[in-house]
Amino acid sequence: LGRGLDTLITIEPSSTLESIFGQTHADEGSSMFSLIKPDGSVVDRLPVTLDEMRSLYADMVEARIFDRKAMAMQRQGRLATYAPFQGQEAAQIGAAAALRDDDWVTATYRDAALNWRAGYPWELLILGRVGDERGGQVPEGVNVLPPSITVGGHMVHAVGLAWGEMLKGTDRVALTSFGDGATSEGDFHEAMNFAAVYQTATIFFCQNNGYAISYPVAEQTRSETIAAKAAAYGMPGERVDGNDVVAVLLKVQEATERARSGGGPTLIEAVTYRMGPHTTSDDPDRYREGSEADSWEERDPLRRVRLLLEKAGGWTEQWQAELEEEASRRIEAAVVVAESVPEPTLEEMLTRMHAAGPEPE
Amino acid sequence: MTERTLAQALNDGLDVALRSDERVVLLGEDIGRTGGVFRITDGLRDKHGADRVYDTPVAEAGIVGAAFGMAVAGLRPVAEMQFMGFSYPAYDQIINHVARIRNRSNHRFTAPMVIRMPYGGGIGAAEHHSESTEAIYAHIPGLRVVVPSTPRDAKGLLLAAIEDPDPVVFLEPIRLYRSVKEEIPDIYYRVDIGPARVERPGDDVTLISWGAMMKETRQAAVALEEEGLSVEVLDLRTLIPLDRDAIALSVSKTGRAVVIHEAPLTAGFGAEVAATIQEHCLYDLRAPVQRVAGWDTVFPLKRSEHHYLPSVERIREAAMKTLED
Repeated sequence: LGRGLDTLITIEPSSTLESIFGQTHADEGSSMFSLIKPDGSVVDRLPVTLDEMRSLYADMVEARIFDRKAMAMQRQGRLATYAPFQGQEAAQIGAAAALRDDDWVTATYRDAALNWRAGYPWELLILGRVGDERGGQVPEGVNVLPPSITVGGHMVHAVGLAWGEMLKGTDRVALTSFGDGATSEGDFHEAMNFAAVYQTATIFFCQNNGYAISYPVAEQTRSETIAAKAAAYGMPGERVDGNDVVAVLLKVQEATERARSGGGPTLIEAVTYRMGPHTTSDDPDRYREGSEADSWEERDPLRRVRLLLEKAGGWTEQWQAELEEEASRRIEAAVVVAESVPEPTLEEMLTRMHAAGPEPE
Repeated sequence: MTERTLAQALNDGLDVALRSDERVVLLGEDIGRTGGVFRITDGLRDKHGADRVYDTPVAEAGIVGAAFGMAVAGLRPVAEMQFMGFSYPAYDQIINHVARIRNRSNHRFTAPMVIRMPYGGGIGAAEHHSESTEAIYAHIPGLRVVVPSTPRDAKGLLLAAIEDPDPVVFLEPIRLYRSVKEEIPDIYYRVDIGPARVERPGDDVTLISWGAMMKETRQAAVALEEEGLSVEVLDLRTLIPLDRDAIALSVSKTGRAVVIHEAPLTAGFGAEVAATIQEHCLYDLRAPVQRVAGWDTVFPLKRSEHHYLPSVERIREAAMKTLED
């Protein structure tokens, strides 16, 4: 272990990426950057070590266990509405893994995996969904804003954060994560335009998961791809296989390096699929065929990495069992912490609107 | 000390803030090269640099949202909305994010920022340029709402707003920008956000107003005094937090109150003031509280402005009404 995977696996670049990875979008022709095929074979050399690959895989496993736990807790009445991310683990873990600890993140209610990998503790993500504002109080040093519940309003915050860091003279970047639906909001336009005009170190990370609740992406926009929108703002746009954790990691890494060296913002479209419902109060059978989700099962972001690792001699059933056991243990411990937070008091509710608390009567 | 108009006092306040605190950044439409449509930021870009005073694209939500990010990152942005009516596209950012981040993160993240808005009518402007919808901002928990009516208060409250750990909506009365003038200190000074100011002490009736309508309120007080009345004038200066003690103290003494504002009557901020008076002073009241306000209409265009704006005469009549019986 520890050797570069490129020394282990080298496969000729495939002739058409689309033959590996189906399109969710009308544009059958547009290509997207991809390295790991659904069957675990590799399109090109992978510039990550086996250890790094195993670590990314372990993070995705932990994220999926969290997602399942959260869904179960919601069914048990222990969480308020929950928005599952199953199927999008590679996009979220890959993007967060490309960031530095002190970078900023503004993301959505579906981005628990991304937020967690960027430093947001599981117990606070759970506490927020339990219905407690203290879930938004991330530890000092973690620069991840509480998940945005409005669609799209948080994108421009990553412009201001990066702009502020630029004026402070740091090289921190700000990554904002959003879905395909958010690109129709006026906020998207204002954020993209401001970022490009001031060349802020902002990464616009769009997880195109095919649907905005029930509305398919093909109807959301007439642009050929979401990445194509970047051209109008004068910034690079990248389209990447969002179910390929290494492809996402590399493209976000490229964007952060460019941003840190003064090269300005980048739009990255990670093409992925929401395996589950929009939220726990939604029934996807009303707007999509079950066979569609089935077809994405084989493109599962975890499965392909497991197959790859297996071929590279970096995966065993025993290791998988250990991973799952350890992740479950950490998540169960986080649940215990979140559920043992005392009931909030009226005083606490009244004193967090302003620095000095409510106005005296 | 230098004699300054309210507009010059604000310019001086921003100048002093930029000089004394490197975290202060100004952003808005046309505020750099031309110094803003009202010239409030005149000369500041040349003096402090284009990386302190930013001309921005025409996008109010973008301006406020970017300023929000800067504030969370540790700067002290001062965003200008060209007119209050242009703040509505940014209302989502203001309500959903600026006002809430402290609550959402239980104090972990805050947005210490100022959103300046020229407000009010009386200058014959086009539609949307004469708004005085302070009540819609006052209704949003998490915001401070400040409305100065004198040059001294304008500079001092602006510097206090920039220092404030929470977001402040700072309303600037367009009609008073150049029509009031006074000697004010050249140094850095603050006027605390919160306390109202008794501008003129009196015993018979209290006139309560803020911002642009202070001009007519002052004139009405002079007219009433000429008729032999002793009039107290209270300038609220800040709507949120509301100085309920100052209102109660004054009206308990005079037993009569007239609340004056330019905004439409219904659900205007005067209703909050009147409610405060009945809660605190009911047994001292000698007459029903009077409200003098704009009509429940859209602010009209130039030829009808005189129909809309509360006049000195309407204020005088309302005060006389509290003295009937």
